[in-house]
Amino acid sequence: MSDPASSPDAPLAARIRGVTRSFGDGGTKLLVLKGVDLDVRCGDITMLVGPSGCGKTTLISIIAGTLAADDGQLEVFGNDLRKMSKAAITRFRAHNIGFIFQQFHLIPTLNCIENASVPLLIQGVSSRMAEKKAFSLLEQVGLGEHAKKRPNQLSGGQQQRVAIARALVHDPRLIICDEPTAALDARNGVLVMEIFEQIARSPERAVLIVTHDNRIFSHANRIASIDDGRVVDVHDIDGSTPLPDHLTKLAHG
Amino acid sequence: MLRLALKMLFGDTGKYLMLVAGLVFATFLMAQQAAVFCGLMSWTTATLKNVPAPIWIVEKQVEQVNETNPLLDTDVARVRSVNSVAWASPIYSGIQRVRLANGNFKIIQLIGIDATTLAGAPPKLQPGQGRLEDLRLPHAVIIDDLGRKRLAVEKGRPVELGDVFELNDQEARVVGIADAMMSFTGGPYVWTTYERALQYTPPQRKMLSAVIAAPRPGVSVEQAVADIERETGLRAFTNQGFGSSDKDFNTTTVWWYIRNTGIPISFGITVVVGFIVGMAISCQTFYSFVMEHMKHLGALKAMGASNWTLCTMLTTQAFTVGFVGYGIGMLLTGLFARAALTNKQPPFYMPMSVPFAVLGVILFICSLSALIGIWRVSRLEPAMVFRG
Repeated sequence: MSDPASSPDAPLAARIRGVTRSFGDGGTKLLVLKGVDLDVRCGDITMLVGPSGCGKTTLISIIAGTLAADDGQLEVFGNDLRKMSKAAITRFRAHNIGFIFQQFHLIPTLNCIENASVPLLIQGVSSRMAEKKAFSLLEQVGLGEHAKKRPNQLSGGQQQRVAIARALVHDPRLIICDEPTAALDARNGVLVMEIFEQIARSPERAVLIVTHDNRIFSHANRIASIDDGRVVDVHDIDGSTPLPDHLTKLAHG
Repeated sequence: MLRLALKMLFGDTGKYLMLVAGLVFATFLMAQQAAVFCGLMSWTTATLKNVPAPIWIVEKQVEQVNETNPLLDTDVARVRSVNSVAWASPIYSGIQRVRLANGNFKIIQLIGIDATTLAGAPPKLQPGQGRLEDLRLPHAVIIDDLGRKRLAVEKGRPVELGDVFELNDQEARVVGIADAMMSFTGGPYVWTTYERALQYTPPQRKMLSAVIAAPRPGVSVEQAVADIERETGLRAFTNQGFGSSDKDFNTTTVWWYIRNTGIPISFGITVVVGFIVGMAISCQTFYSFVMEHMKHLGALKAMGASNWTLCTMLTTQAFTVGFVGYGIGMLLTGLFARAALTNKQPPFYMPMSVPFAVLGVILFICSLSALIGIWRVSRLEPAMVFRG
């Protein structure tokens, strides 16, 4: 179960105001984000939920700096990403953001240590140091014994744990997860979230998870609902108040 | 990151082997064909190596050493009379048939040299295989190493000193065996004295093939050549090696073959085919390799790898494959060279420029392959990794 939500005064990891984003031109132009407002607080696990095509993935791509917003304000740890160059955003991402993808995106020809050490190698850390840190993370996610194995020798749940180690190895301040349990069965999904919550949660770090998986709602401090390109509801979960109706419906399938 | 790039490359065994195979093929075909071509061209000037002399004088219409347009016997004296010439000797050079003891006929390149000075004699006799001076003995000839096999009566028993064969119904006795470069016509070289060469050859009005000469001490070869041409009206060439000057007989001979035969076109087409096939296989396979790893490259980009980092990774992969393919290709070329040089054919001569040129071409192919990958990666949106 989740820890109590962080204080409303907790530092903001991301501050989003009126962000819009469209794809295509002319008659085929599709407005995906129609003015999103959202605060992502340090210490929180924030989940983004909503129906398919509502703009969740576009929103995390913009927060991660992998996609540019058309309009609006976007600050990540006080940095206005819209004013930064592409190269500066890339560097910012390398040092501040960890990623967990739905399909893991582990490199099949590298073993677990090498995969987990990639973010440090991108930063220019030596292989020896990077692999030492990666091994320590792999031990924390319970994969110390499998450190030399390649991804295809592991189960889906184990591969996602390697991805968690990779996302945390460089101590990022923001972790962005895209459907982290979608490719896992129920047991592995819960297990992965428990491990993840255990080692990722920190007062200095924010976690933003896009998910359809109602089984993991209990790990969130805040759940932001998106519909038709807008954040329609942000619900703080403190353990005592029940989930609102629309989330209860989601939670019970 | 470069280590990871190499692991990604070596881990995809199928693609890696395909890339290497394409570049091995290109390297081998280009290097081997270029070397065979150079070997063939060096054979065209074999007579200039086997009959060493600083200056060659020929009839004024002659353009290359294998073309014979006989001179008058008196032309030797005319050359000797040129002030900058130290000595001049007559040379007979012609293709003749020898009759072996078993009745078989073989083609040879007969060389007649001045009996007194032995100028134009083979540069090196094989150890223990006769003396140059013995060429002055009656019926004496010196043959080259190829002649030992070609003129053998029995297979497996090469020609020995003292063996005889017939040239124009006259006896020829082997008194020496020389190391020599193979002739363009493929027949072995047989040296004898000039007078005996004329006896071995059906008589003609003019028999002198060429005059060889050397400049006086203190006079340059080029100056002597100019003086000979001016004072005799004959054509004179230096013999310092291909590319040394436009007045060098090696240079004019090789260029004559390049201009007047289809040899360079034939070899050139094979080299171009090697280049095109190598490039096609390499570029296509590398592109396919990059496309298969696009999601991983996208993930790296999302995690903060810059375009520069990814380009360096792709370039490292492409050039690693290039160097491995080039190395194996040159190794195969080396094995081919060993076999060719042992068997004395096919012709094989690899100037230092050939491996460097082939390396340049292979690196060009690798650069092109890398550029195609870089073009795709630079257009890659890191956000694609969130799209499943």
